[in-house]
Amino acid sequence: MLEGILIGLQAAFSIQNLLMVIAGCLIGTFIGMLPGLGPMSIIAIMIPVAITLGDPAAALILLAGVYYGAIFGGSTSSILLNAPGVAGTVATSFDGYPMARKGQAGKALTIAAVASFAGGTIGAILLMIFAPALSSVALLFHSAEYFALMVVGLSAIAAFAGTGQVAKALMMTILGLILATVGEGALFNMPRFTMGLMDLQSGISFITLAMAMFALPEAMFLVLNPLRGASGGSGGKIENLRFSREEGRKMVPVIGRQSVQGFFIGVLPGAGATIASFLGYAVERNLAKGAEQEEFGNGSVKGLAAPETANNAACTGSFVPLLTLGIPGSGTTAILLGALIALNVTPGPRLMVDTPEIFWAVIISMFIGNLVLLILNLPLIPYIAKILAIPRNYLIPFILFFTLMGAYIGQNNATELLILVGLGVMATILRFADYPLAPLLIGFILGTMLEDNFARSMQLYRGLGFILERPMTLGLLVLAAFLVLLPSYRARRARKRAQGVADGD
Amino acid sequence: MALDRWIALIFVAFCCIYGYAAFFTMDQLLPPFMQRNPVWPSTFPKVLAVLGAVVGLIVLLGIEKADGPDKEPSPTDINLANLREYKLGQAFLLLALMVAYALMLRPAGFLIATTVFLVAGSTVLGERKFHVMIPVAMLATGFVWYLVQGVLGIFLRPFPFFLG
Repeated sequence: MLEGILIGLQAAFSIQNLLMVIAGCLIGTFIGMLPGLGPMSIIAIMIPVAITLGDPAAALILLAGVYYGAIFGGSTSSILLNAPGVAGTVATSFDGYPMARKGQAGKALTIAAVASFAGGTIGAILLMIFAPALSSVALLFHSAEYFALMVVGLSAIAAFAGTGQVAKALMMTILGLILATVGEGALFNMPRFTMGLMDLQSGISFITLAMAMFALPEAMFLVLNPLRGASGGSGGKIENLRFSREEGRKMVPVIGRQSVQGFFIGVLPGAGATIASFLGYAVERNLAKGAEQEEFGNGSVKGLAAPETANNAACTGSFVPLLTLGIPGSGTTAILLGALIALNVTPGPRLMVDTPEIFWAVIISMFIGNLVLLILNLPLIPYIAKILAIPRNYLIPFILFFTLMGAYIGQNNATELLILVGLGVMATILRFADYPLAPLLIGFILGTMLEDNFARSMQLYRGLGFILERPMTLGLLVLAAFLVLLPSYRARRARKRAQGVADGD
Repeated sequence: MALDRWIALIFVAFCCIYGYAAFFTMDQLLPPFMQRNPVWPSTFPKVLAVLGAVVGLIVLLGIEKADGPDKEPSPTDINLANLREYKLGQAFLLLALMVAYALMLRPAGFLIATTVFLVAGSTVLGERKFHVMIPVAMLATGFVWYLVQGVLGIFLRPFPFFLG
């Protein structure tokens, strides 16, 4: 391993590769900041550039830098505009946006930058240690387990929606899964629920749905209630970039836990940064006690640090299956896989043996990338935050325009814009009725993978037998049911106790 | 009946239609060789339709009870009770504007459609300083067009259809 690290250091510290890291992080941050342009679209756009480089190590380093930068830029727009362009930063807006609205946008951005840096760096260390070992763990998972694992993920997200909200969150999850069945599935190769419309043949685009669920309702609320925009930012001046020592002390255990948890969730294919950030947020909320728990959702330091650490650690973790097995764990790593194959490199178990310089240079460049993000983004924060000083009459048309652009660029199709407006109106009404929208989006993202794995296990076991024949699958599914039922059981018990009724037996 | 229950009712109805499509219309199109498969394209939708209807009914009938005291609504929170005080007219006009933009983007070209959208959007919101707004909108439009077309390499037709 030491030999590999030395080779990697040598490759990563070449002038060309250093420039690639810096350029990638810069481009990623600036484009990722625009709501709606997520890492997937940015990386897809950057692929022609990367391929013309010709050097696989440099290409992968550039794309990885773009990936990190985009995730960081996404958190910036989540915090300042409540318009996450990336599903992985949706959880960041839960506490980041309330903080910005309290006039602490500078502090929120600093916390996000530090948490991202820590998550990414610790993730990279874990990647160095576990990449070789973890490939054997991931090999134990079959499609039945992937299916069960995704069910657990979706149930956990619904279960953590809060008391009295679980059924609503589940309803939204199922709506997301239903939306994901629109279009032509990869497994069956026949159009479903397209209502004969050509535009629905390829399904609803993730970017369009993400815009419609988050950016558009937020813009609409800004229009409906002028008070909402008025309190955002302290006149655009971001003064207090620092967080107090006490807040730093609060963050340390969160960062420690979430970088490890996020990393391991990121390793599991299909889970990735999104689930890691939501789960990280939920776990930290459950661990917090009393007043601290109340603070979650209203600008809690822990609530901001948790998803930021977890999503960056998970981004790093998602490289493990890509580099060691050649299996992409997420849409983004799938695009990276495509780029590598175009460069005549086949990621997989042989990568470490045949071309150690690529493998290790990428890992070393992750450290450099995280450092660049921290050094680059912290001083830029006051300028980035200027976006809050733009008057409402100018800002809202621009947010709407970027929302429309994001959906249009992804598909190059004007019908997509009509779908966006329709879904956006639906999302606004759902928000009025207090339905959580994040489960819908997660359900939509995981829907295709969930069905693929479900169908594959059904085919392998000729029916539902896989649930009983694979103990790990059964265990995970039982865990999912437990997660969904637990909140209402606890609420019922608490109610009975409050009424003075004995608990039975 | 509160809005969330109305939505649950609509959702249950939607699941019934979705389920009807999955249970009764999809399998007829299935080629014979695929019918031997344990899993059909309609299998997953069938499961979802049933689950969706059940969960929708739980919300509709209020089986899962919310507990805990209601939080004091803050003036910046979005609240259905204040709907009448909200600027609904502006919101609807902006939505109409977005639809118009979607329809005009191709025929009118990116530069004109976007400039008009930005200026009209801020006019709807009450901006009257056109000597500021129009140059800002034109500059921003030009910059975004350059970014998308020149840097990202995605084609956006800049001019109306009759200019090429």
